[in-house]
Amino acid sequence: MTLTDVDRAALETTDEVKRTERGALRASRRRQRRGDAGDHSGLAASRGGSKWFVLIGLILFTIYSVGPAWWLIVSATKSKEQLYTTNGLWFADFNLFENLSSLFTYQDGIFGVWLGNSTLYALAGAAGQTLVALAAGYGLAMYQFRGKGTSMAFIIGSFLIPGALLTIPSYLLFVQIGIYDTVWAMILPAFFGPFSVYLAKVYTEGAMPPELMEAARIDGAGEYRIFFSIGLRLLTTAGATVFLLHFVAIWNAFFGPLVFLRAAERWPVMLGLYSWLQRGTDSTVDLTSLVITGSLVATIPMVLLMVAMQRYWRAGVTMGSLK
Amino acid sequence: MSSVAVVRDPEISAGPPSEPTKRGRPASPRLSWRSLQRIKGASFTWPFFIGFAVFTILPVVLALGQSLFSEKSSGLGFGEAEISFSGVDNFTRGLTDGIFWTSMLRVGIYAAIVVPVTQIVSLALALLIDAVTRRVANRFRLSLLIPYMIPGIVATMIWIYLYSPVVGPFQPIFDALGLDINFFSGSLIWFSIGNLALWGNIGFNMLILYGALQAVPREIFDAARVDGASDFRIAMSIKVPYVRGSLVLTGVLSIIGTLQIFAEPTLFRAVSPETITKDFTPAMVIFNQAFQVGNLNYAAALSIILAAVVGIASAIIYRFTNKVEQ
Repeated sequence: MTLTDVDRAALETTDEVKRTERGALRASRRRQRRGDAGDHSGLAASRGGSKWFVLIGLILFTIYSVGPAWWLIVSATKSKEQLYTTNGLWFADFNLFENLSSLFTYQDGIFGVWLGNSTLYALAGAAGQTLVALAAGYGLAMYQFRGKGTSMAFIIGSFLIPGALLTIPSYLLFVQIGIYDTVWAMILPAFFGPFSVYLAKVYTEGAMPPELMEAARIDGAGEYRIFFSIGLRLLTTAGATVFLLHFVAIWNAFFGPLVFLRAAERWPVMLGLYSWLQRGTDSTVDLTSLVITGSLVATIPMVLLMVAMQRYWRAGVTMGSLK
Repeated sequence: MSSVAVVRDPEISAGPPSEPTKRGRPASPRLSWRSLQRIKGASFTWPFFIGFAVFTILPVVLALGQSLFSEKSSGLGFGEAEISFSGVDNFTRGLTDGIFWTSMLRVGIYAAIVVPVTQIVSLALALLIDAVTRRVANRFRLSLLIPYMIPGIVATMIWIYLYSPVVGPFQPIFDALGLDINFFSGSLIWFSIGNLALWGNIGFNMLILYGALQAVPREIFDAARVDGASDFRIAMSIKVPYVRGSLVLTGVLSIIGTLQIFAEPTLFRAVSPETITKDFTPAMVIFNQAFQVGNLNYAAALSIILAAVVGIASAIIYRFTNKVEQ
C-alpha cells in the first residue's frame, strides 16, 4: 500500500501521470532501480509540502532565467513604433523580416561584415587553440622530461593573471610587432590558452593508455605519428570541449577587440552592437530596433551551438571544477 | 600540421635537456633512444610555450618595464614625447590616486555583496535541482542555462532595455503602482548591474555545484533520514558542507572577474553617462588613462596594481575559506 503511494507521488513529480501505460512501465523499472541502487531523490521529492516548495522554486528561477530572453525574441519581431507603445512581453504585429532586412542593409550591410568577422576570429582562434592545447596537454601527460614541473607551475600560475593586467601591455606589444588593428591581433593571441592546456592534460591522462603508445612504438610508429594518428583521435572529446568553449569566448569578447581594433570593418559583432547602442542615444537616428534585432541574430548561433554541443562543454565544466 | 614538429625553442621548458648521457660514457643505444623520445615528447609543448612566452610573459614584462618610465610630452600633441626613467613614481602616484582607489572601493563593495549573493542563490538553485528526480532536473536545467548561453554583451543590452523607462516592460507597472523607480539612478545602478551579474552567473554556478552534489554518496542521505533528519536539515548539514570546495572555486573565480568588471559598466555608460562616470571601475580608469589621456606608462602601472589587488584578494579568500573548512 505505502509502496504504491510512493510510486504514484513519484509519478506526479515527473509529470508522467497522463501517459499511464508508459508511465506504469517506467514506474516498475524505477521501482527495480530503487530496489538495488537506493535512488533517494524520487523519495525526497515525493514528500508533499517540500515537493511543491521545490517545484515552485524551480519554476520561479526558470521564469527569471528565460524572461529576458523571451523579451528579446518578442521585441525583435516588433516595428520601431510598437517597440515603444506595446507591452514588451507579448507579440504585436509580426515585423521580424522587415527588421532583419533593415539590419542587414543599414550602413551598406556592415552588420553582415561584423558577423563574418566574428565567425572568422572565433573559428580560426578556437581551431588554433585546440590544436596547440591538445599537443601541449598530450606532451605534458604522456612524457617525462626536464622542466615539466616548472611548465605545469607556469600554466597553473597563469590562471591567476587577470585579463585586465594583460590588455594594455598586449596593446603595446601588438603596436610594436605591427599586428595592432589587423585580424592577427584577434587570431594569433587566441591560440595560447593555459586553461585549455590544463584541460587537455587532465583529459589525456584519462583517455590515453600508455600501453597503446608502447604497442604503436613496437609497430614502428614515431612519436609524432602516434600523436597524429592515435592521440588526436582519442582526444576528440577534449578537443571539441576546448574548441567550443573558446569559440564562444571569442564570439563574446568585448574588451580585447575594443582595445586592439580601430577600423569598423574589422570589428566583431559585439563591438559593432556596442557602437550602435552608444550612437543610438545621441543621434537623430533611432538604432534601438536594430540593436535588438542584431542582438538576437548574434545570440542564436551561440545558443544553438551550446545546446547542440552540451555534452562537451558540460564535460569541460566538471573537469575544470573537480580537479 | 607539421609545425608542431618543426618549432624548436631550447630555452623554454625542456632546455638542452634530457641528454644526461654523459659524453664520456659509451651511450647505450637504448638510452639515447629514450632521451630522443623525451625531447620529442617535450617538443609537443613548445608551440604552446613559445606563444605563451610571447603573448603572456612578454606583456607582463613589458608592463613592468613601461611602468618604470614616464612620458613628458612637450606641448599638446603626441609629437616628440620625452621618455625618461622615473623609477617607482608611477606606482606611488597610483597608490595615492584618489580616483583609482575610489573606483576600487566601489567595485570592492559591489563584489563583497554580489559574489556571496550569487553563491547563495546558485547554491539554493543547485539544491532545488538536486531535490527532484533526474528526469525533472533535465527538463529545467536547459532553460536555467539559457542566461549562460547568451553573450554577456547581449545580456547587458537586454537588461539595459528592460530597465529603460522608455522601452522596458516594468515602467507601466511602476506607473500603475505610482512608484518612481529609475534603474539608472545613482542609488540603484549597482543593484541594476548586480542583478545582471546574478542573472548571467547563477546558471553556470548551479551547474558546477550540482555536479559536486551528484558526487555525494547517496547512502548518507538514507542514513540521515533514518536518524530523523528533514530534507532541509539534510541539505544544510550534509550537502552544503560537501560542496564547500566548489563554492570556494566559483567564489574566487567570481571575485577575480568582478574586480575587473569593464564591459557592463561601459555599456551602461552609453545610456547613462551621468551616473556611470568614465572612472567608474578600476578597469575603466585604466582604459581611460591609456586611450583618452594617453598615459600608457601610468596605465601599465595601474594594471599591475589592479593585478596585485586581485591576487591578494583571491589569496585572502582562499586562505580564509580553507581555515573555516578545517
